[in-house]
Amino acid sequence: MTILRGQNQTAQADALGAIDVERIRQDFPILHQEINGKPLVYLDNAATTQKPQVVIDAIVNYYVKNNANVHRGVHTLSQRATDDYESARESVRRFINAPEDCEVIYVRGATEGLNLVASSYGRKYFKSGDEVIITGMEHHSNIVPWQLLGKELGIRLRVVPFNDDGELLLDEFEGMLNGRTKLVSVVHQSNALGTINPVRTIVELAHAKGVPVMLDAAQSVPHMPIDVQELGADFLTFSGHKLYGPTGIGVLWGRADLLNAMPPYQSGGEMIRSVTYEETIFNVLPAKFEAGTPDIAGAIGLGAAIEYLEAIGMEKIAAYEQALMQYGAELLSSIEGVRIIGNAADKGGVLSFIMDAAHAHDIGTILDAEGIAVRTGHHCAQPVMARYGVAATARASLGLYNTTAEIDSLVKAIDRVIEVFG
Amino acid sequence: MASDLGDLYQEILLEHNRRPRNFRTVDGATHQADGFNPLCGDQITLQLKVVAGTGVVSDVGFQGHGCAISRASASLLTQAVKGVAESEIEALFEEFHRMMTEPDAELNLDLLGDLEMLSGVIAYPTRIKCAILAWHTLKAALYGEAIATTE
Repeated sequence: MTILRGQNQTAQADALGAIDVERIRQDFPILHQEINGKPLVYLDNAATTQKPQVVIDAIVNYYVKNNANVHRGVHTLSQRATDDYESARESVRRFINAPEDCEVIYVRGATEGLNLVASSYGRKYFKSGDEVIITGMEHHSNIVPWQLLGKELGIRLRVVPFNDDGELLLDEFEGMLNGRTKLVSVVHQSNALGTINPVRTIVELAHAKGVPVMLDAAQSVPHMPIDVQELGADFLTFSGHKLYGPTGIGVLWGRADLLNAMPPYQSGGEMIRSVTYEETIFNVLPAKFEAGTPDIAGAIGLGAAIEYLEAIGMEKIAAYEQALMQYGAELLSSIEGVRIIGNAADKGGVLSFIMDAAHAHDIGTILDAEGIAVRTGHHCAQPVMARYGVAATARASLGLYNTTAEIDSLVKAIDRVIEVFG
Repeated sequence: MASDLGDLYQEILLEHNRRPRNFRTVDGATHQADGFNPLCGDQITLQLKVVAGTGVVSDVGFQGHGCAISRASASLLTQAVKGVAESEIEALFEEFHRMMTEPDAELNLDLLGDLEMLSGVIAYPTRIKCAILAWHTLKAALYGEAIATTE
């Protein structure tokens, strides 16, 4: 990390004032409790985020006042449910600046978004000998779907390596692109390292060879402004629960021309236009990809989460979390016996670390005793762990409600780990 | 609810973590298994030498990596089963399992011996798998499964 001291610290102080974090904390009821006799310090936001009261209220309100199936009834409740469900879709479209509402497909989460593209796009266009390029820092959800498809169709998976700081080797990537490359599917921000990958460059290089790009944006959409048109990607997926929304709902966005040409992923109700025993005519986007009764409450909760974030401003959230991450990185790296895994120049709010004194799980248990929630383990990214020759790391991942005081508590608890393990 | 950390990380347990006993390969091993804890990536290889006829475990060793609990537990296991007849190991496993899973069990402390120092783990449900990994691996080694997992 290149840090220009004095100037940098002033900028950091400014950025830490970008949002009113104390007021924001009031919006999250779960934060105001003690764990093991200590105030909860929730630093596991890359796993899932906590929910503001407005999201909880939106879900309760739906079940208390408007519950009905969508797109089916002529009665008032069905109309209300449909309106709210579709207005959440419009919120998603606006949030990621997609051209059309119909390009926003509700899925269960980023995992399903990736599986949908692998299954539908992959089966239609890939054939034996074709190649899919991913990076060495993917979550298992952007490895395994391609592997399964690869076994079925005879596809080769190519993996872009990264350097010790956790930055992709773009020359290697460029060298991998060839006439057999059918898709590039990359993680926008690594869940294990925090690296923010240079998506614009990746897209430019891939498109120059006529190869579409899919983005796993599960870790980026909650923490920075995302404009799918500006990024230039062809598909993008993310999960609601990492975006301060409910579990069970997520989004796949894709270019309308690509989605229109793709076959359905699952089949059943909602996704059809007409069915006879001889033939089924599929519905148009987005319904073609939304078979069955969807997670209506989840979509409405996601819409509420997006409106909440928009009111604060993603630019401000990104600046604040960036400053908080820098603050934490400086403190953690100054502790003897602590090593941060992942030091990319462009990095989000993830502090993955190992300690000489203790294994990640022992760190996690001692931190929990101090009220601090972090993730320990391989973060569903075992190849990343293997790259660094570690079995597990402890990971503190930041959200918009975390504070410098909480980072200070983390540092104090790490001192306690050293005390116990000596 | 986590009880006092001191109950979990007793000094003697930490000492087994720092300096695990029988952390080595076993010459002429007759039984071997690998154990994995897929959730946390803990991995151990356990080797045993069982004397034909008597069925006594004459030597035992382990290798691999894991947290302090899993390492200390494997270290203690090697001490507990060395010199013990294969036929008595099932009872030891059962008693250890009871200690990990039944909060108010009346335990046979004579049988457990030093293994009792792991009794504090029961207050930390997420860590029970760490303590029990070596024991599942032991069963796998003795009863002919190549791989044990805590899942």
